[in-house]
Amino acid sequence: MNQRNRGSEVSPLTVEGLTVAYQKKPVLRNVSFEVPEGKLIGIIGPNGAGKSTMIKAILGLLPRVSGETEIYGRPYKEMRRKVGYVPQRESVDWDFPTNALDVVMMGRYGHLGWFKRPGAKEREIAMDCLRKVGMADYAHRQISQLSGGQQQRVFLARALAQNADLYFMDEPFVGVDAMTERAIITLLNELKAQGKTVLVVHHDLATVKEYFDWVMLLNVEMVAYGPTEDVFTKSLLHQTYGGRLAVFDHEDEAILVDSR
Amino acid sequence: MEFWIIVTGALVATACGILGCFLVLRRMSLIGDAISHSVLPGIVIAFMMSGSRDSLAMLLGASVLGLVTVFLIQLFQQSGVQADASIGVVFTALFAVGVVLVSLNARQVDLDLDCVLFGEIAYVHWNTMSVFGIDGVPKAVWILGITLLAIFLVIGLFYKQFKLCAFDPAMALACGIPVALFHYLLMGLVSMTTVASFESVGAILVVGMLIVPAATAYLLTERLSIMILYSVLIGITCAVLGYYAAAWLDASIAGMMVTVAGLLFVVALIFSPSHGLLMRWVKRRRLVGVEA
Ligand SMILES: Nc1ncnc2c1ncn2[C@@H]1O[C@H](COP(=O)(O)OP(=O)(O)O)[C@@H](O)[C@H]1O
Ligand SMILES: [Mg+2]
Repeated sequence: MNQRNRGSEVSPLTVEGLTVAYQKKPVLRNVSFEVPEGKLIGIIGPNGAGKSTMIKAILGLLPRVSGETEIYGRPYKEMRRKVGYVPQRESVDWDFPTNALDVVMMGRYGHLGWFKRPGAKEREIAMDCLRKVGMADYAHRQISQLSGGQQQRVFLARALAQNADLYFMDEPFVGVDAMTERAIITLLNELKAQGKTVLVVHHDLATVKEYFDWVMLLNVEMVAYGPTEDVFTKSLLHQTYGGRLAVFDHEDEAILVDSR
Repeated sequence: MEFWIIVTGALVATACGILGCFLVLRRMSLIGDAISHSVLPGIVIAFMMSGSRDSLAMLLGASVLGLVTVFLIQLFQQSGVQADASIGVVFTALFAVGVVLVSLNARQVDLDLDCVLFGEIAYVHWNTMSVFGIDGVPKAVWILGITLLAIFLVIGLFYKQFKLCAFDPAMALACGIPVALFHYLLMGLVSMTTVASFESVGAILVVGMLIVPAATAYLLTERLSIMILYSVLIGITCAVLGYYAAAWLDASIAGMMVTVAGLLFVVALIFSPSHGLLMRWVKRRRLVGVEA
């Protein structure tokens, strides 16, 4: 799908001068960037840097002070179906009376229009997506009875069900077990192999080099943005995190610990 | 007569039972409370303007005020007032205006504050209305029937939207679902239901019917559709049991209905297989047993 865009050189996402404020003080100031297609992009920055805020503003969930964003060269409103979103896990009530399959089916709602109800086809797609994240056995499990990692995988399956070309994932690796982390990164690489673009808010500096092709360093303003090997450097990280960063050298490899 | 009282109670229970589930899940139980109080000035103003209680104007006036309530609460919250404080300020202020309006017009209008607050379900069958040539059906039943029809229609058509808005409003908005529209649609239905019910169960007890059966159903199932079904069934059970208990004790019918609802809630709280206190106690005992 999406042959037209793939052929041409339209970027999946361009952001121009984005500024967002909750009250008076901007929490995101004048951020501009262009995302290359088919890459895994890590968004890195300290707590409160505005990472979630940036994603929400791009998705039209928050009013912006200024700035333009385009998805495949068009306004977001026209391109909703090309965009998938995995919010932070704490953003929903996991005691809601529903099961894993049902949550994944919600990923199809955007494609159904105003009146069509989810049916057998949506159920099939949802089961498929659950299978891809290794959660098929838990399809009928009440969501509060899933572990944190399993809940995260359900959220991921829901995003897969959206069948998008551009994905935003807000801290998908936080509070998950090692097995889930591996499952997620495998999935991200599969998405990439299909030519999809994924922006991931990430906290664990130790895995950045391994996971991401490109990195964005963000702290209210954009500190740096580009291929991981150019951007993920000690000095730029210090600039992003200020004094909150401890750097340990370990067998020639610099391991960076975000000492929050 | 007893037939129409029970039918009225069951209609109130059904309407409230459906909407209550969404209120409970969105943690907006207090908004239901707020609306049920602040519609009072709407009722009185509509009453003064139309000059009669037999009017759909009252339903309309109160629904409008319900939406005003929700809008004001939202507005205050956005300007930095805490959520519970803004709810409290808006509904007590509007309710107070209503009380003043009632007392100012006490001579011209025979709108009894007691009956606004506590309803007069025992007398519903005295006040019949002829519609489409059908006679002998109480006015309250007509109005509740229309309200219920509106609820079936709106929730039935947009079930998936209401569900997603309740579970994950950010995702709903990102999908292009007009979350605010559905919020006000739900609040409009709650206002309408409150007003349609106020004559029979009163402005205070309608909150009980909105919240208690839904909160009880929440303890008993893990599917939204089943929760709504249970909530309605529990509500109807309360209406029927409440009526007979009241007849037996010669007590307030509406009061008894909500009392039964409260009792059922306690039973569910103790015996629920998933959330129940008993199951939790049993599990803890087992754990202690294993460790010992
Ligand atoms: N709803 C809100 N109202 C007011 N301020 C907020 C709200 N959400 C976030 N903030 C503030 O905006 C800043 C950025 O938050 P956020 O985007 O969540 O950061 P990150 O995701 O990078 O940790 C923080 O200082 C936070 O306190
Ligand atoms: Mg965040």
